[in-house]
Amino acid sequence: MGQTFDLFLLEAIVNGVLLGGILALLALGLNLIFGVIDVVWICYAELIMIGMYCVYYLHASFGWPLWLAFAGSVALVSLLGVLLHQYVIRPVLGAEPINQLLVTGGVLFLLQGLATLAFGVEFRNLGVRLPTLEVGEMFISVARLIAFGAALAGMVATYLFLKRTYLGTAIRAISQDRSIMPLMGVNPNRIFLITSAIGGALAGLAACLLVLQYDIHPAIGLSFGPIAFLVCVLGGLGNLVGGFVAAFIFAQLISVGGYFFHLEWGYVIAFLFFIAVMFWKPRGLFGGKS
Amino acid sequence: MLTVQGLSAGYGGFQALFDVSLEVKAGETVAVIGPNGAGKTTLLRAISRLIDASSGEVSMEGRRLNDVPAHDVIGYGIAHVPEHRRLFPRLTVEDNLRMGAFTPAARARFRERLERVYRHFPRMRERRDQAAGTLSGGEQQMCAIGRALMSGPKLLLLDEPSAGLAPVVVQSTFEVIRQMSAEGYTVLIVEQNIRQVLKVAQRAYLLETGRIKLQGSAGELLESGLIRKAYLGL
Repeated sequence: MGQTFDLFLLEAIVNGVLLGGILALLALGLNLIFGVIDVVWICYAELIMIGMYCVYYLHASFGWPLWLAFAGSVALVSLLGVLLHQYVIRPVLGAEPINQLLVTGGVLFLLQGLATLAFGVEFRNLGVRLPTLEVGEMFISVARLIAFGAALAGMVATYLFLKRTYLGTAIRAISQDRSIMPLMGVNPNRIFLITSAIGGALAGLAACLLVLQYDIHPAIGLSFGPIAFLVCVLGGLGNLVGGFVAAFIFAQLISVGGYFFHLEWGYVIAFLFFIAVMFWKPRGLFGGKS
Repeated sequence: MLTVQGLSAGYGGFQALFDVSLEVKAGETVAVIGPNGAGKTTLLRAISRLIDASSGEVSMEGRRLNDVPAHDVIGYGIAHVPEHRRLFPRLTVEDNLRMGAFTPAARARFRERLERVYRHFPRMRERRDQAAGTLSGGEQQMCAIGRALMSGPKLLLLDEPSAGLAPVVVQSTFEVIRQMSAEGYTVLIVEQNIRQVLKVAQRAYLLETGRIKLQGSAGELLESGLIRKAYLGL
């Protein structure tokens, strides 16, 4: 009896780690945009929703192979990120933060409304069934395993890009001192567009991974957008490493908390923890930008 | 090399520069001196195109800069060390220097110039992996000058290099500027520390409330009654 108990707990922990990977990926995109441009893409999860539909239509309707549909989704959402910056964010860059929040909030409802018009409200499923792995006596979803691996790979690639290239260095630099960038020969708007493209590509990647696990509908963004945002705030908004660590803490609270009590309790515990941290450390567990 | 002709500029409704003309010839070190708020920083910012001129013209080697976007000015061979140095505090020293070599032309010669900067400032080599924000004031000034040199400029604009530094560090900073000048760099330097800057500059302009009040060789300005009385307290 005692052994079964531990096994389920272990399964919950493993699932928490897998969930943490995908949450960390969601947080990375949001944090990158905020850290560099100082604007929160409230509509981040809606970009992911569009990416999920993109995979669905390319694969299920047009018959593209899955990998090509994935590439198409990453490219499309990346382009959406660029358009979002150029036509929505750029005009309000000098405006009050509340206005910036409201315009991206507007885009959230715009995308949701457009998706409802274009795709209808019914739930759609990609129809790709991935098996469940049996390790010892634990069951682990292959879809989650893939999501975890790909999320980790995406994060490592982003990290290496930021650390090892001129453009990556400029992206880190511009978040520290925007106004002197022209003296380095850097066009700030070009860096913002590149950052937006990367943020979009990360959302596109998240879409590919989530579409393997969840049905698609126009409001799907609401089921992980707020969590992604909370994870960012928990780790310190704009702090890439903080967001990464916070994602795994948050995911464990959901997963293990859900195991000890009831699935929904996991979320309650995680959000209670979040609120407690906000009282204790208003700038997040690891402070602001890094 | 650099010609400023009848330049007026300011911020919003506030005009900081009135009809300023000056010239920097190749190989010269020229100082613009004057009190706080005279418009010295604004002058450099207008030359670098960080702010627009409301009238007048700035040209580098005969090429007009007025309509050039700020991020292309470096391509004309102008490197600007801004007021308060403005390093990227959380980037390492070497990443700060890398930012100075951001343009494609400069990237190609990154290793070679990095080596030269490290030879010039051995402290920078020691501290290459340290966050720039943790450097002392004098080291930060070296890093900022090094960052500007990474683009391989013909003209260096230095904004108050001695500001906020301890007296002994001020000395060594001016020594660095004297060396740059001896190596053939053309330098336009803006300073409040008049006594020191007139020792390294060949010519100087006195800027007061946005207007050029005096100009001449460094020696002439040191001798002028106006400067002796108002600025040197003699």
